[in-house]
Amino acid sequence: MATSYNAKDEDGHITVSGPSGGTLRSKKPENTAFKQQRLPAWQPILTAGTVLPAFFIIGLIFIPIGIGLYVTSNNIKEFEIDYTGVDMSSPCFNCSQSFSWNSTRPCTCTIPFYLDQPYESNVFMYYGLSNFYQNHRRYVKSRDDNQLNGDPESLKGPSKECEPYAKHDNKPIAPCGAIANSMFNDTLELFYNDPNGTKIQIPLNKTGIAWWTDKHVKFRNPEGNNHNLTAVFQGTTKPVNWRRPVYELDDDPENNGFINEDFIVWMRTAALPTFRKLYRIIPRKSSMVPTLPSGNYTLEVVYNYPVRSFEGRKRMILSTISWMGGKNPFLGIAYMTVGSVCFFLGVVLLIIHHKYGNRNNSADISN
Amino acid sequence: MFRKRPPPEEERRVRANDREYNEKFQYASNCIMTSKYNVVTFLPVNLFEQFQEVANTYFLFLLILQLIPQISSLSWFTTIVPLALVLSITAVKDATDDYFRHKSDNQVNNRQSQVLIRGSVQSEKWMNVRVGDIIKLENNQFVAADLLLLSSSEPHGLCYIETAELDGETNMKVRQSVSVTCELGDPNNLASFDGEVVCEPPNNKLDRFCGTLYWRDKKYTLTNQNMLLRGCVLRNTEACYGLVIFAGPDTKLMQNSGRTKFKRTSIDRLMNTLVLWIFGFLVCMGIILAVGNAVWEREVGSLFQSYLPWDPPVDNFLFSAFLSFWSYVIILNTVVPISLYVSVEVIRLGHSYFINWDQHMFCSQCNTAAEARTTTLNEELGQVEYIFSDKTGTLTQNIMSFNKCSINGQTYGEITDPLVTVPKKLDFTPFNPLADPDFCFYDEKLLESVKVGDLHTHEFFRLLSLCHTVMSEEKSEGELVYKAQSPDEGALVKAARNFGFVFRSRTPGTITTTEMGRTVTYSLLAILDFNNIRKRMSVIVRSPEGRIRLYCKGADTVLLERLHPCNQELMSITSDHLNEYAADGLRTLALAYRDLSEDEWEAWSESHRFADKATDCREDRLAAAYEQIEQDMMLLGATAIEDKLQEGVPETIAVLSLANIKIWVLTGDKQETAVNIGYSCKMLTDDMTEVFIISGHTVQSVRQELRRAREKMIELSQTRDGGKEEGMEEMGEACFMGNGFKEGQEGDGTATSAATSAAAAGGGGGGGGGVGGAGGEGKQIQCPTPSPPSNLLDNISGEFALVINGHSLAHALEADMEREFLSTACACKAVICCRVTPLQKAQVVELIKKHKKAVTLAIGDGANDVSMIKSAHIGVGISGQEGIQAVLASDYSFSQFRFLQRLLLVHGRWSYLRMCRFLCYFFYKNFAFTMVHFWFGFFCGFSAQTVYDQYFITLYNIVYTSLPVLAMGIFDQDVPDQRSLEYPKLYEPGQLNLLFNKREFFICIAQGIYTSVVLFFVPYAVLSDATQSTGVPLADYQTFAVTTATSLVIVVSVQIALDTGFWTVINHVFVWGSLGSYFTIMFALHSQTLFRIFPNQFHFVGSAQSTLLQPVVWLTIALATAICIVPVLAFRFLKLDLKPQLSDTVRYTQLVRQKRRKPLGRSIGGAWRGVGGVSEGRLGARSGSRRSGYAFAHQEGFGELITSGKNMRLSSLALASFASRHSSSWIDTLRRKKATHTHTPTSTSGECSPAPSFVSGSVPPLSNSSSVLGGSQDTPIEEETVAAPPQNTQTALTSSTQTPPALPPAAEGAAPTASAQASSAGTSTASKPHGGDSPGGWTLSLGTVQEALFGWKGITTRTSASSSPGPPSVAKETSQNE
Repeated sequence: MATSYNAKDEDGHITVSGPSGGTLRSKKPENTAFKQQRLPAWQPILTAGTVLPAFFIIGLIFIPIGIGLYVTSNNIKEFEIDYTGVDMSSPCFNCSQSFSWNSTRPCTCTIPFYLDQPYESNVFMYYGLSNFYQNHRRYVKSRDDNQLNGDPESLKGPSKECEPYAKHDNKPIAPCGAIANSMFNDTLELFYNDPNGTKIQIPLNKTGIAWWTDKHVKFRNPEGNNHNLTAVFQGTTKPVNWRRPVYELDDDPENNGFINEDFIVWMRTAALPTFRKLYRIIPRKSSMVPTLPSGNYTLEVVYNYPVRSFEGRKRMILSTISWMGGKNPFLGIAYMTVGSVCFFLGVVLLIIHHKYGNRNNSADISN
Repeated sequence: MFRKRPPPEEERRVRANDREYNEKFQYASNCIMTSKYNVVTFLPVNLFEQFQEVANTYFLFLLILQLIPQISSLSWFTTIVPLALVLSITAVKDATDDYFRHKSDNQVNNRQSQVLIRGSVQSEKWMNVRVGDIIKLENNQFVAADLLLLSSSEPHGLCYIETAELDGETNMKVRQSVSVTCELGDPNNLASFDGEVVCEPPNNKLDRFCGTLYWRDKKYTLTNQNMLLRGCVLRNTEACYGLVIFAGPDTKLMQNSGRTKFKRTSIDRLMNTLVLWIFGFLVCMGIILAVGNAVWEREVGSLFQSYLPWDPPVDNFLFSAFLSFWSYVIILNTVVPISLYVSVEVIRLGHSYFINWDQHMFCSQCNTAAEARTTTLNEELGQVEYIFSDKTGTLTQNIMSFNKCSINGQTYGEITDPLVTVPKKLDFTPFNPLADPDFCFYDEKLLESVKVGDLHTHEFFRLLSLCHTVMSEEKSEGELVYKAQSPDEGALVKAARNFGFVFRSRTPGTITTTEMGRTVTYSLLAILDFNNIRKRMSVIVRSPEGRIRLYCKGADTVLLERLHPCNQELMSITSDHLNEYAADGLRTLALAYRDLSEDEWEAWSESHRFADKATDCREDRLAAAYEQIEQDMMLLGATAIEDKLQEGVPETIAVLSLANIKIWVLTGDKQETAVNIGYSCKMLTDDMTEVFIISGHTVQSVRQELRRAREKMIELSQTRDGGKEEGMEEMGEACFMGNGFKEGQEGDGTATSAATSAAAAGGGGGGGGGVGGAGGEGKQIQCPTPSPPSNLLDNISGEFALVINGHSLAHALEADMEREFLSTACACKAVICCRVTPLQKAQVVELIKKHKKAVTLAIGDGANDVSMIKSAHIGVGISGQEGIQAVLASDYSFSQFRFLQRLLLVHGRWSYLRMCRFLCYFFYKNFAFTMVHFWFGFFCGFSAQTVYDQYFITLYNIVYTSLPVLAMGIFDQDVPDQRSLEYPKLYEPGQLNLLFNKREFFICIAQGIYTSVVLFFVPYAVLSDATQSTGVPLADYQTFAVTTATSLVIVVSVQIALDTGFWTVINHVFVWGSLGSYFTIMFALHSQTLFRIFPNQFHFVGSAQSTLLQPVVWLTIALATAICIVPVLAFRFLKLDLKPQLSDTVRYTQLVRQKRRKPLGRSIGGAWRGVGGVSEGRLGARSGSRRSGYAFAHQEGFGELITSGKNMRLSSLALASFASRHSSSWIDTLRRKKATHTHTPTSTSGECSPAPSFVSGSVPPLSNSSSVLGGSQDTPIEEETVAAPPQNTQTALTSSTQTPPALPPAAEGAAPTASAQASSAGTSTASKPHGGDSPGGWTLSLGTVQEALFGWKGITTRTSASSSPGPPSVAKETSQNE
C-alpha cells in the first residue's frame, strides 16, 4: 500500500470552513439511485408460496417427460453382439489369437445371430470398443488438425504433437498421430439368412455417418478433394499400423483420403473408454417392409483390429432411432425419478411447513 | 565515522553556509519522493512487487510447468490470460496511485522558499534546499525542512509554531533560538555564520532532538526547543531564520510516515487459511490421481502401448505418475482461482465508493463526505464488537456552552414550554455592543433580571467576569478574543460578557471589565489557583471603591461545605438545581463570594506570602492558606455548562449497543468530565445496577477493586435472578480462590467502588431491558476465553459500568492483571477509561485484540488517538476538527460520530454480507467447475485430460461467471438500509462470524463437489449410450465437453440467481449477459470462420451447433440442473421456514408490507421481547444518587502564570503547554505540579484546544434522549416509511412525528429539540412533556417505556438514520433533495 504520507496533506487541506464558505464547491455526493444504493430491485424470497409450487411444477413436468422418454426408449430396438473372440467357443477366437499387424492374409470369422423383432425404418450399425482409452490426454492431442485440413506444409512436416507417429522411415506420416495410427479397421458385413436358405447381403451405406462439419470443414484432402490423391500424398507414408495408405481407403473419391468417413468417425475421439461409433447405415427400403425383418442373420467380420492385448472388447450394434436418438433408458428413468422426488419433496415440505413452519402469514417479526 | 551512505549515519555534522563541506556527507536533499516508480522502472518494479504476492508467483510457477510438454495438460494461455489480466488490473491501479503521488510530490517540491545564498535572500524551490542552508521563513509559511532556529523577529529569538500537521495539536508552541544566534538579526550577519552542528542522525521522534552547536570555539547544547520541524506552520512571528539540519526524507515528518501497517481483515486471514487448505486439498487430489495414474499405467497403459506409447522420457509408470501429478496440479489449479483476489479487491473498492458516495454520511456544515481511506477493510466493518472512542471532539464537539444557571435560588435557562416551536435565541446586541453574536441563550428572564439590575444577578456575572484565568486579546475596539485555557472557563466568561459584564483585559495586578457599559478596573490581589484536590479557584479583588472581595467558583461538593451557615436555605434550593443539572449531564460549578475587610486581607496576605515562600511543602502550605480564606462564603448560584455532544451521539450509542457492540470511552480527560459525558450520551444511566469506579494507585488496590466489582456483579445478578443458580456462588468463590487471590487481602483502601448509585441495586428486577439482555445473548460466544471468572461473568444479568482511571489502568494492563481486568470490564455494559495516555489507549485496544478475538474499532479525532487508531482493527478518524493526524492514520474518516452507525450497521453489514456471499459462491463455483476433472480422471486413465475445451477453462472464471458474482458482491442487499438501522440485531451475524466461516466454507465446498459429481455423471450416464437423431453417437469427447460446460454454466447461473437477493438492473444484465456471452463466445469459437484461420487452435469446430441442436443434450442439461438445484432449494427453504434469521424475517415482512400496505397493528417490540430480559418493575425507581456534575477542565498553575506576569508578553500563546527555557520559579512550580499528574501534554492539549467553529446546531442532550425513549409499545410496525418509497423518508418522518411539516431552515439549531419533543408527544406514551429538563421525567419515561424502546427504536433510528442520522441537518438536507 501507499505510504501514509501524502505530500498534499502537508497543506493542511482539510478546510474547516464555517457555513460562510459559500463559494466552496460542495463535496456532497450526488444523489443518484446508483450512488445511494437505491436502485430499484426485485427481491425474491423463498417463501412457501413460491417454493412449494415450484417443486410440484418441476415434478409435474419431469414425470411426464420421463415417461415419454422411457416409452420412446423402450420402443427402440437394439441388438448387440460381442465378437472379440475371448471365449474358445467364439467364432472369432482363432482370429483374435493369431493376430499380427503384418499378416497379409485377413482373418475372417462369421457370427450368426437372430433378430426376434423386425427393425423398421433406418437401422444404424455401430461398432463398439471397450477399455479403449480414446480420451487419454496423450492420445487426444496426438493429431495434426492442420494436416487433416489439407495444409500442404503440415502434410510434409506433421506437428510434433503427432510424435512418435509423425515420421516413419524419414517420411511424414499422413495422417499422423496416434489416433489415426490406431484406426479401427475391421470390416463388418451383414447377411440375412432367408428362411429358404439363401444368404442375402444387406446393403450398408458408408456415407452420412460423420458430422457435417467434420466432413466438409474440418477434414480436407490436400489440394482439393477431387484430384489424384496418390499424387497428392506422394512423399508421405501410411501410418504404421495401416494396411493401406490413406488414399486407398475407398474407391469413391468423395470418401477417400482424409475425407473418408470411417476415418473421420474414428478421428472424433470418444469421451469414455467404452464407446460406440457409427459404422454403417442400413437405409430403409420402403415404409411397408421392415428394413431388417426378424430372422437369422450372419455377421461376417474381417478381423484386423487387435484388442485383446489390452483386454478390450469389440462389439457390433444394430439399432433403430427415434427423435431423441438411440436407446437410452437412463434418461427416462432419471426424469421420472427426479420428478417424483420433487413431488415427494413438495409434499414433505408442505407438511413440514404446515406443522412446524414459521407461518409468516402475518407481518410479525417474532421468533 | 565518515562512512558513505547507505550505512546509517551515526552522527550528523552540518556546517552553516558551507555547501561544499556538507556535500561530503551526501545528506539527502530536500526533494521528497513518495512515488515508487517512474516511466522506465514502472514495469519491472511493479511486476517484481506483484510477484512477491504468493498467489501470483504460484500462477507463474504453473505457467512455467505448462511449458513442459509432458506435463502440460492445458494450453499456456489458460493460465497466462487470467494472470495477465490480474497483473494488468493491479498495475493500472498502482500506476494511477503513483501518478497522483508524483503530482503531489511535484507540487510540494516546487514550493518556493527563501534561501540565504551569499548574503542575500533568494527564492528557491523546496527541492533545491540543501542541508546547511539558512532559510528565511515568514509568518504562516510552512517550514520547508527540519530547521535549527537561528533568529527571529520576535524578542529573545522566540517564535511560535503550530504543529497540527505533525501531532494534531492545534495550539501554538513556542520555540526559541540559542541565545548567541538570536542576535544575528539580519541576513548579512547570518551569511557569515559558520557554526557547525553535530547532532543525532535522522529519526522519527517528534519531541526529541539533541545536538551541539560549535561556534567560535564554544559549545551550545541544542534541544527540541530550538527546532522547527517540517510540516509546522510559523504563526504570530514576522519572520525567522533557520539552518537546515534534516532535509527531505530525513525530516521527522517523513521519517514518521513510513509504510502504514497493513491491516488485514479476519475474512482475509480466513481466506488465506482456506486457500492454503485448498492447496492442501489440491495436492491430495493430485496425489490420488497420480496414484491412480501409476496403477492405470501399470495395469492398462502398459498394455495399451501398442496404440499409445509412452512419451519418450517416460519409461515406467512411476515416472508417468509423477508427471501426471503435476499435470493435475495444473488443471485442478482453478480451485484456487486466480481471479479470487482481484475480485475481492474490486468488490471492496466498490464498497468503498459506496461509502464515499453516501449522502447520509455527508456533513453539510463542514462540507466533508465520508471517506474510505483504505479499501481493504470494508467487510470487517460488519463484524465490529468493540468500539473504542475518544471523548473530546469525537463524542463531544469540544464546545462548551453556558446552558443554565441558578442565581439566588432562581433557575434560568430552561425552556419551559417544550412544544413552543422554536425557542428564540436572545439578541444581546441592542443591550450590549460588546456581546458576542455567536452566544446562544434562550431564557429571556435572565436578561430581564440583568436589565432590572438585580444585585445577585449582577454579582453573579461579575464573579464570572473576574474569577478566571482567561486572557483577552482586543485587536480593535470591541473585538474581543478570549484565550481560555479550558473551554468551559471560556464559556463562562463569554456568558458574562454577553450579559453585560465584559472582561476586557488584565495585567498581572489588575482586571479591567466593562460592567453594564461602564469601565471598571479591579486590582487583582490574589489568584487562589485551581487544582484537582481543591476543585475550586478564587480571586481576591479590590474594587475601585476599595472593597475587597473574594470570588470563588468550584465544585458544588467542596464549595457548599464552605458556605456561611446563613446560606442554608438557598443552598438546598441550589443543590436541587445542581442535581437537576448534573442529571442532565451538564457540568456544574457553584459560585460564591466573600467580603473581606482590609485587616482580614492583610492578615491572610501575610500568611499567604509566608506559605508561598516556604521551601518545603509549599503546596500544602498554600492549600492550607487558601483553605483558610475560602470560608464563610455567600452562595451566589450555580452555572451549568453543556459540553456539547455531537449531534445524535446518544442515539448512535443506543443503536450500537443494541447491535451488541460494546463501547469503551478512552479519554485523556478527568474522571468527572468523562463520567459526565458518559451520562449525557447515555452510556451511563441512573438505572444502571452499578457503576464501578477503579481508581487505585497500587497494584494491590486495583486488583482488590476489580475483584470486588466482580463479586458485586455476581452477587447482584444473583439477587436479580432470584437465586436460580444456586451453585453459582460457590463456583464463583472457587474460581476466585483458584485464581490465586486470597480473600481478605485488603489493599491500601483506596477502593471507591460503589461510589455512585448503590440505590440502583434495589431496582434489581428491571434494569437491563433489551440492551443488557440482548448483550447477554451474545456473550457466550463473545467471550470465549475459557477462564472461569469470565465464564461466570458471562451469565451476569443487569447493567454494570466500569470507570477506570489512568493510573489504575496502568496497573490493570500489567501482564498478570490483564485477564482480571478484562473479565471485569467485559462484563460491564459500558467502560470508561479516563486520564489515559495515548499509549494506554493503544494498549487497551491491543488487550482486547489479544484476548477477545473480537474485531475492534477505534474512533478519534486527535493526534492522541493515532496510536489506538493504528492498533485497532479498524481506525476511524473524525475529520475537520483537530488537525488531520487522526484522519491520516485512519482507515475511514467522516466528520460526525453519528455516521458511525451508518458505517457499521449499513455499510459494514452489507459489505460483510456481500463478501461472505461472494466467497461462498466463488468457492462453490470453482469447485463445481474443477472437480469434474477429478471424476473424469477415473475414466481417462488419469491422464490429466480436461473435460472442457481449453477456451472454456480460460474464460470460465474471467468471463462466464465473473460478473454476476461481482454484481452480487457489490450490489446485494438483504434488507434495505433503514431496516438495518431499525433492527440493530441484524448486525449480530457479522459479529459471530456466521455467514462465512470454516463450516460455511465446507458447506460450499461440499455443494461444489456435489455439483461436480452431478455435472460429470449425469452427462456420462446419458451420453454414453445416446446418439444424435442422425444416429451419430453423442459420446464423443467434444459433445461431452460442450454438454458438461453448458450444464455447468447454467447450474452456476441458476445458483447465483438463487443467491442474489437484490436484483437490480445490473444484476439482470450481468446474469443474462453472462449466459448470453457464454453461448455467443462458444458459437464463435466453434465457428468455421475461426477454424479456417487457425485449424490447429480450434478443434471444436461445429461442436456447439451439432451438440446443442440435440434435444437429448438439453434434456441432460435440464436434468443436471434440476438435480443440482432442487436439494439446495429444499434445504434453503427448510432453513428459512424452520429457523429464519432475523434478516429473513425482516425481508419477508417487508415483502408482505409491500404487498398489503395496510397496518397490522403488531409491534416490532416483540422481536426483542424474548431476548430482552425482564423489564418490568422499574417504574419510578429513580435512583437517589446524587451525582456531582462538577467538571472543571482545568490545569492548575495558570493563576501563578498570570500574577507573575510572565505570560503577558507572550500574549497569544499564554496557554500553550510550553516549557520555555526561562527558569523562573513559577515555571518550575508549574512543571513540578504537572509532573504530579499522570497527564501527558498531548492529551491535555488535545482537550484544551480551541473549539471548532463550524458547529451551529444545538442539541440539548436530554431532549434527544427523551426522543430515544419516548416511544410507544403500540407503535404500529408499518410506520409509514415502509409504504413510502425509500427516498421519501422526509414525509414519513413528518407524518410519524406530527411535526409541522415545514421546519424553517433558519431554525436549524432548534429543530431537533422541537422534532424530538414533538415525536414523543406524537407517539403518545409519555403524556408528561419531557422537555429534557427533569431527571425524574427521564427516569419515568425510561421506566415506562423501557420495553417500548425496542419497539420504538425503529422510529428514532429511522428518523435519525433514514433521513441522514441526526435530526437537525436532516430536515434541511432532505428537503433540499426533493
